Amino acid sequence: MNPDNTDKKSCAGSPGDIRELAKLISKIENDRHGCQQILSDIYKENLGTTVIGVTGPPGSGKSSLTDRLIKEYRVLGKRVGVIAVDPSSPFSGGAILGDRIRMSDHATDPDVFIRSMASRGSLGGLAPAAIDVVNLMKSTGFDVVIIETVGVGQSEVDVVSLADTVLLVLVPGMGDDVQAMKAGIMEIADIFVVNKADKDGKEKLVAELKMIVELNRNKMERVPPIIETVAIENKGTSLIMESLKERGSWIDEKLPVIRKKKMLDQLKHMSIDRIGADIFAILDEKGIFQKWTQELDQGSSNPYKAVSELIAKLKIEWSGQ
Amino acid sequence: MTIKDRFGKWREEIYGKAVARFPERKKEFKTSYGETVEPVYIPSCEEETYLETRGFPGLYPYTRGVQPTMYRGRLWTMRQYAGFGTAEESNKRYKYLLENGQTGLSVAFDLPTQIGYDSDHPMSDGEVGKVGVAIDSLKDMEILFDGIPLGNVSTSMTINSTASVLLAMYIAVAEKQGFSADKLNGTIQNDILKEYIARGTYRFPPKPSMRLITDIFEFCANHVPKWNTISISGYHIREAGSNAVQEVAFTLADGIAYVDAAIKAGLDVDVFAPRLSFFFNAHNNLLEEVAKFRAARRLWSEIMKDRFNAENPKSQMLRFHTQTAGCTLTAQQPDNNIVRVAIQTLAATLGGTQSLHTNSRDEALALPTEESVRVALRTQQIIGHESGIADTVDPLAGSYYVESLTDSIYEKAKKYIAKIDELGGMVEAIEKGFVQQEVQDSAYHYQMAVENGDEVVVGVNKFQMKETPPSNLLKVDPAIQASQIKKINEVKKERDNDLVKRSLEDIRKAAQTGENLMPQIVEAVKAYATLGEITGTMQEVFGEHKESVVL
Amino acid sequence: MSSKIRVLIAKPGLDGHDRGAKFVARALRDAGMEVIYTGLRQTPESIANTAIQEDVDAVGMSILSGAHNTLLPKVVQLLKEKGADNILVFGGGVIPESDIPYLKEHGVKAVFTPGTPSEEFVSFIKENVKKNES
Repeated sequence: MNPDNTDKKSCAGSPGDIRELAKLISKIENDRHGCQQILSDIYKENLGTTVIGVTGPPGSGKSSLTDRLIKEYRVLGKRVGVIAVDPSSPFSGGAILGDRIRMSDHATDPDVFIRSMASRGSLGGLAPAAIDVVNLMKSTGFDVVIIETVGVGQSEVDVVSLADTVLLVLVPGMGDDVQAMKAGIMEIADIFVVNKADKDGKEKLVAELKMIVELNRNKMERVPPIIETVAIENKGTSLIMESLKERGSWIDEKLPVIRKKKMLDQLKHMSIDRIGADIFAILDEKGIFQKWTQELDQGSSNPYKAVSELIAKLKIEWSGQ
Repeated sequence: MTIKDRFGKWREEIYGKAVARFPERKKEFKTSYGETVEPVYIPSCEEETYLETRGFPGLYPYTRGVQPTMYRGRLWTMRQYAGFGTAEESNKRYKYLLENGQTGLSVAFDLPTQIGYDSDHPMSDGEVGKVGVAIDSLKDMEILFDGIPLGNVSTSMTINSTASVLLAMYIAVAEKQGFSADKLNGTIQNDILKEYIARGTYRFPPKPSMRLITDIFEFCANHVPKWNTISISGYHIREAGSNAVQEVAFTLADGIAYVDAAIKAGLDVDVFAPRLSFFFNAHNNLLEEVAKFRAARRLWSEIMKDRFNAENPKSQMLRFHTQTAGCTLTAQQPDNNIVRVAIQTLAATLGGTQSLHTNSRDEALALPTEESVRVALRTQQIIGHESGIADTVDPLAGSYYVESLTDSIYEKAKKYIAKIDELGGMVEAIEKGFVQQEVQDSAYHYQMAVENGDEVVVGVNKFQMKETPPSNLLKVDPAIQASQIKKINEVKKERDNDLVKRSLEDIRKAAQTGENLMPQIVEAVKAYATLGEITGTMQEVFGEHKESVVL
Repeated sequence: MSSKIRVLIAKPGLDGHDRGAKFVARALRDAGMEVIYTGLRQTPESIANTAIQEDVDAVGMSILSGAHNTLLPKVVQLLKEKGADNILVFGGGVIPESDIPYLKEHGVKAVFTPGTPSEEFVSFIKENVKKNES
């Protein structure tokens, strides 16, 4: 594979209609680096699109909550795009994507576009193509883009770089997990959602969250609110909407700063991803991996030595330009 | 030397040598729930624990049966589940079954009726009259039971999320025939929890659904005292692929949730618990199944006595209906199914069932024909009258193997229930997807075992042969939907629409305030409000359930 | 970067028996495919729309209630109307042998009845999706 050879033909076409948009997303998923040109062509920094991240542990009710948010935005007449990311099986590379089940009321609404994505081997859980798809949706006239991802570690952080606002969804009975995450979750969450708030253990969870917020109060520009919901009974959704609105007007003020930071985050993300892929491809093409494997096998090298060699090589070529 | 010591010696010297010379058919023999089956069993039940763990028929813990005489007094009720197409056709089938010696009715409803959509709803497209009879209004119910005196038969209705409405219609038809509600005998399935786990005909979320169930408990205790208000069903959990232990554990855990809810609603356990009944599956593994029924009886009586302090012996008895396992029937060589059903009939009756439905040989292909339904019914009659298994109570007791399996199923089911308690009870465990996940894993592993030949299914993965496709299968006329819609329109024209409007408004108010819904529903069906109108009104207050899928 | 086969597994109509559908979903995942699972009670319209949004290569539908002759051809027709008739449509469940020719005439490419080994439908999808691409 030659990563620099952008195949314009396979990525051609305007993503105006649903089917083409869907097909373009597949192309991005299957050969993201091959689609750089078209992504670049249609890229617009669309300030009008609200990007919301919904993350949290499995079973916290993220999809039900997303379903409710879609309903709320539809009442406001907004066009909504949803990306629901689930992990791929590490054994087969396949995946079962079931997030749509909770959002099935919107299946026939032409102004709601839902796409399920598998993480396809990315370590953290967020599909590598998700950034591109968010950009694509922003550029193609969605008023709201919601990205839902199972929060286990890295993906929570990844989602931050994509979203204007991140909802961290937690459920009662998770007090200890919150303890373990401590300050980590403060870096992620713009709004805490305590879902299934009709269950035992809610008070404990809310108390834990309040404590963490207190401890970090002086480090934050904006204190994240804690909102209690019962998504399947549609309780508390309007509070989230209010909170999103408030945060929206705060963002509007701060927007240049926030945008800059987000864009930098995204740039870093994309560069690392792209550079990594390119270098791997080159190493593969030139048989360097094979050489290293042999050397490691024979005991004439070790992983540290191999990586140092690589870095040295890269630096020489970089400075040579 | 004790028996145990001698047995150890036998195992080592006689058995060990034999296996070394001639390996057995399988490396390991296993129960459906993964336990190793020993080559031979020896006495294990000690005399001092016998009374506590087995007892006598009709006495706590009811392991050996809920009545002292069991089938020596009266054979089990032979109850064939039937219903398809229009009320007229089903009415004809019921009369046919009663004429052929069937002793109770069992009504199958089509899916729109089970979920609460009228035949003219877009979701009903293609489903009207397919898996059972279509009921839209009291009109259909009047036709369904025309010429069948409801005061003299016992009727079982497989209906869950809309049980309140169908029961109300049954009461209304009986009244028109001249029978008051307190004369009526029968059962409604009314078991919503297993719908969330396995069967899928839910409509409302768990909380309002549980409330409807306790409303029915209360209403029937006061007005329909002989009615079995719930049939807590493991049948469908097993059909969805669970093993025998899961079937017992999840069914009894559902039972615990209902009893809890009723007690919380202020009902007296010894008033409603005697009306609880159960519904299990009978599979091919004959001896394991017999042990399953015995273990379930013991475990339930202990739960009722120790957990809920029920004192009435009737509260402690696990009475159950059984159906042979639909999922064991094969489309290949369908006549083989007659043999499977016969084995399953033995499992159910040796296990002490109170009533039984036997599946027909062609059910893996289509709805059963009259002829195949008759063979299924005859299977029960042959076993009841000719085989001799009905001549003594609990005939397999004392089989070392069966007793050992009874203990192991009891223990393992008890552990599952403890785990569900830990998760916060059954409603919670279902919402978390725990139960569904356990069932799916069992189903997947079983299917894989069939695929790699570890499990043999005769005619499917072994002993296959070329077959000509079967002919003369029963088909439901697709024109039924149109004729049902016509009937609805006629009813809507003839009825007092102001009265309907008022009665629906009363239902809405009762749903909001929490007063018992049953009296309002009875009034609405009498005014010929349709099933869809009543269910729709309740949905506006209760909301609609969405499944939680874990794969 | 390799392209993955994406399959929509759907339960059309009111039938709640999903043991078969879930088994197929798991078997396809274990064969390396990405499976979008819709859950119960899907209308033909929602299935067709979902298939398009998810850009799947195939749609598999499981029905045990007898409504197959009504619902399966409708999905095929809707996909066609929406310009997505290259999506492979297959069915499964309790479907009498005598109905299969009718379904095939109406664009259902294959019908898998109970007892079908997973190998059979996995290779059916792999082969036919390849054909569609070339």
